[in-house]
Amino acid sequence: MARRWAWRGGGGGFLAPPWGKRAAGNNPPPGRPGGNRRAPPPPWPAAITPSLPSSPPPRPGAFLVPPRPPPPVAPAAATTEPAVAAAAVQRFTLDNGLTVIVKPDRRAPTAVHMLWLRVGAMDEVDGTSGVAHVLEHMLFKGTERLAPGEFSRRVAALGGRENAFTSLDYTGYYQQVPADKLADVMALEADRFAHNRYSDEEFAKELEVVKEERRLRTEDNPRALLFEQQRAATFVASPYRRPVVGWMGDLQAMTADDARAFYRRWYVPGNAAVVVVGDVEPQAVLALARRHYGGIAARPLPERKPRPEPAQPGLRRIEVKAPAEQAYVALAFRAPRLASVDAASDEDRDALALVVLSAVLSGYDGARLERALTQGPQRVADSADSSASVMGRGPGQFLLTAVPAQGKTPRQVEDALRAELARIAREGVNSAELERVKTQWIAAKVYERDSLFRQAMLLAQHWVQGWPLDAEERLLAQLRAVTPQQVQAVAQRWFGDDQLTVATLLPQPLPPGAQRPAAAQGAAPHRH
Amino acid sequence: MIAVKNIAVRALLVSATALFLQNPAWALLPIQHWQEPSGAQVWLVQSPAIPMVDVQIDFDAGSRRDPSEQAGLAQAVAGMATKGVRAGRGFAALDENGLGEAWADLGAQFDVSAGRDALSYSLRSLTEPRLLDQAVYLAARVMAEPTFPPAVWERERARWSAALKEADTRPGVVAAKAFAAGVFGSHPYGQQTTPETLARIQVQDLQRFQARYLDACRARVHIVGAGERAQARLLVAALLSRRRAPSPGGALPAVPEVAPLQAAAERAIPFASAQAHVLIGQPGFARKDPDFLALLVGNHILGGGGFVSRLTEEVREKRGLSYSVYSAFAPGLHAGAFTIGLQTRPDQAAQALQVAREVLERFVAEGPTEEELRAAKDNLVGGFALRIDSNRKLLANVVNIATYGLPLDYLDGWTQRVEALTLAEVRAAMARKLQPARMLTVVVGAQP
Repeated sequence: MARRWAWRGGGGGFLAPPWGKRAAGNNPPPGRPGGNRRAPPPPWPAAITPSLPSSPPPRPGAFLVPPRPPPPVAPAAATTEPAVAAAAVQRFTLDNGLTVIVKPDRRAPTAVHMLWLRVGAMDEVDGTSGVAHVLEHMLFKGTERLAPGEFSRRVAALGGRENAFTSLDYTGYYQQVPADKLADVMALEADRFAHNRYSDEEFAKELEVVKEERRLRTEDNPRALLFEQQRAATFVASPYRRPVVGWMGDLQAMTADDARAFYRRWYVPGNAAVVVVGDVEPQAVLALARRHYGGIAARPLPERKPRPEPAQPGLRRIEVKAPAEQAYVALAFRAPRLASVDAASDEDRDALALVVLSAVLSGYDGARLERALTQGPQRVADSADSSASVMGRGPGQFLLTAVPAQGKTPRQVEDALRAELARIAREGVNSAELERVKTQWIAAKVYERDSLFRQAMLLAQHWVQGWPLDAEERLLAQLRAVTPQQVQAVAQRWFGDDQLTVATLLPQPLPPGAQRPAAAQGAAPHRH
Repeated sequence: MIAVKNIAVRALLVSATALFLQNPAWALLPIQHWQEPSGAQVWLVQSPAIPMVDVQIDFDAGSRRDPSEQAGLAQAVAGMATKGVRAGRGFAALDENGLGEAWADLGAQFDVSAGRDALSYSLRSLTEPRLLDQAVYLAARVMAEPTFPPAVWERERARWSAALKEADTRPGVVAAKAFAAGVFGSHPYGQQTTPETLARIQVQDLQRFQARYLDACRARVHIVGAGERAQARLLVAALLSRRRAPSPGGALPAVPEVAPLQAAAERAIPFASAQAHVLIGQPGFARKDPDFLALLVGNHILGGGGFVSRLTEEVREKRGLSYSVYSAFAPGLHAGAFTIGLQTRPDQAAQALQVAREVLERFVAEGPTEEELRAAKDNLVGGFALRIDSNRKLLANVVNIATYGLPLDYLDGWTQRVEALTLAEVRAAMARKLQPARMLTVVVGAQP
């Protein structure tokens, strides 16, 4: 329903007003822009239902909830759950090392089947950036038994929907199908997991598609360009410095053998998990998984170098020039990574407190950033936002973003953003704010049970982190235990100059020859 | 499709008596429908598995009702609805921040939006009575007693205008605007919000729009969630309780239909960008068109079915010309735009355009093959359950049925009706709706 016109290209830009949190003028900080095999869905209001887009881009960096309308929850007293509560999740490990995770949800006769690899752009090396994502595209291009495109034709014939995605941390493939077609898609997925094959010609064509994807997502998108540059400036040794989609120069130089080598190296059973959520029996799924995936030979996992990020010796500042009307400011602070859901270390506890801090800053309409920056006669910004990306295999990051209001400078906005951090460091947060964001999270946990896809994504993301099956419950419990003092303490600890990379978008006029749309609107073509 | 039958009620059946299991009247999607004394229409689907409820209240107050000189008015009303409510009957007034906090404190999600055909209030809440009761009352106040503070409207207008100017720097937006203007002409579906149209909107206009279109008697209330009919009735009564007496307005005026294009037209707009954006199309058809299903299937094969469509095969798979290529009809109360869209390197624009046109012309002339029709039916019929497997999707279906006046049992024979379509019917329907020789082509940013 809400999607109607908000499709491709301009995003919500031209028809949707920049209201509230959901459509805020900010681009969502693309913490870890995932590449998708498929383009964003067209605006077709599906025959009988304009249902959710089939592939919400993964938000690995954003903690367990979408950063934006920070999902929510109910007061402690509200958590009584009826007897029909979701059945327990089960996990198995096949002899070859492959993990199988199953969560029954019998509301409808459908299921989602995902295959996840614990490999993403962060596992690439210099010169072949983007290869994890290109390989993801190539998985649709054939096997020893299937011709290019045949995989998709077969899934479609089963009544299925499918896609795939790549992030810094992982690669995922999925099909949504009637539950009685689970065995069929498992057979197809296992086949390409073990026997992906394609010609150099097919590779060359698909590489052009990926370049178009990069042009669409990044090159014609000034804020995406800014985040790409900021990431490259923030990290020096960590592979998080490279864009998921890859540098254009690396794409130009990529060969089919680069993708094949990456596939042989990383697509091994011990580095993969099958996640199934839906109208299924765990034991039956296990039997299917054994039949289809069990025969794939175990192979050793490649060594992963830690590539730790060296200390930052001082504030970094970059500028990005691009055709735009509005400036844009993004403050990226290095942040701790959440390693354990049981908050085993000081860093874990700080990471959790930073998640709470971000929710207090921007987690609901009228939260601190909105009040301080975007309201009143002296407002400095048209929009302002924050996100705590602490859940990932690489280093964490705390991001503050804002669009300067007309007549205000990026520097004024930067100062205003940092002033809000300083205020919390000085005065702390109040318990009502804390209760509010915790309430939102508890409710969100109930709401997310409405989506099989979302449930599967969470289980898989937790597997990527090496977390237990009940990671979500544990995280929630840890978040609920965060105190105002902890939030104040992380505000004091993690936002110094030596943590910070400031990126500023300097709007440039459109180049000569690029007509302004006002002129372009001119005469409508012939009618009548 | 027996297996799909009780989707929305399966959990209920577990505790229901065997009597119901024998009842052939169980519909695929059992929608209860009634009219309130106020005149409001209600559609209810009970979905008891999760202790939550989704409510969407729609009004015939989408942007098609915008005066052309004030394009953006419906969206302005929607955006301003959450910027403050008046005091009354024991409740203190709340400003925008008070409202934001109140929703968050309830763990509820609340949104107001305006599309082409409707202005919608959407509430998602837990069913815990203490929370749900408050959420419903808060929603009732937002719907009935917005304050529309002038200073906030000034600010929102400034933000919105700035965002519109920013959007105009993007090739996709430039293309979409030129396309909409060309396809819809002066029809409200083609009206474009600009800083100029926003400048003509004053707070009094928001109030007038509210009074004219957002009366309880015109509300369409859709509910999907855990709860009995009696509870739903209480919920609806509470939701609409703050509305004043209905205005004497009577039926709303009809909105004219979209006029067909009379001749082909091409707009080549210079733009310096990494990609050229190509759009080809014409007015399509309204949702009530009896050919809807045949056109759904036809478009699925042409460019709506993802990887297995003809456009994707020819433009992307065979030639690597575009990441995204699609066709779509977007029917509403009036004809939506039939659109073929793609983006490609500027020097490939002419080639990609030619390929897309050839695919279109051939498809309209010859129709699909038997194999393509079979494949489309397999996907649509086989995947039917995926369209109704969550509360969110059930709600979208109910809204669709209510908005376009479809029968309550619309979904019951859906798969059979798709299955029954013939090659000739699909070809004829597409040929009736599409005139490749009279389409608008917009190309932004091409280079020779």
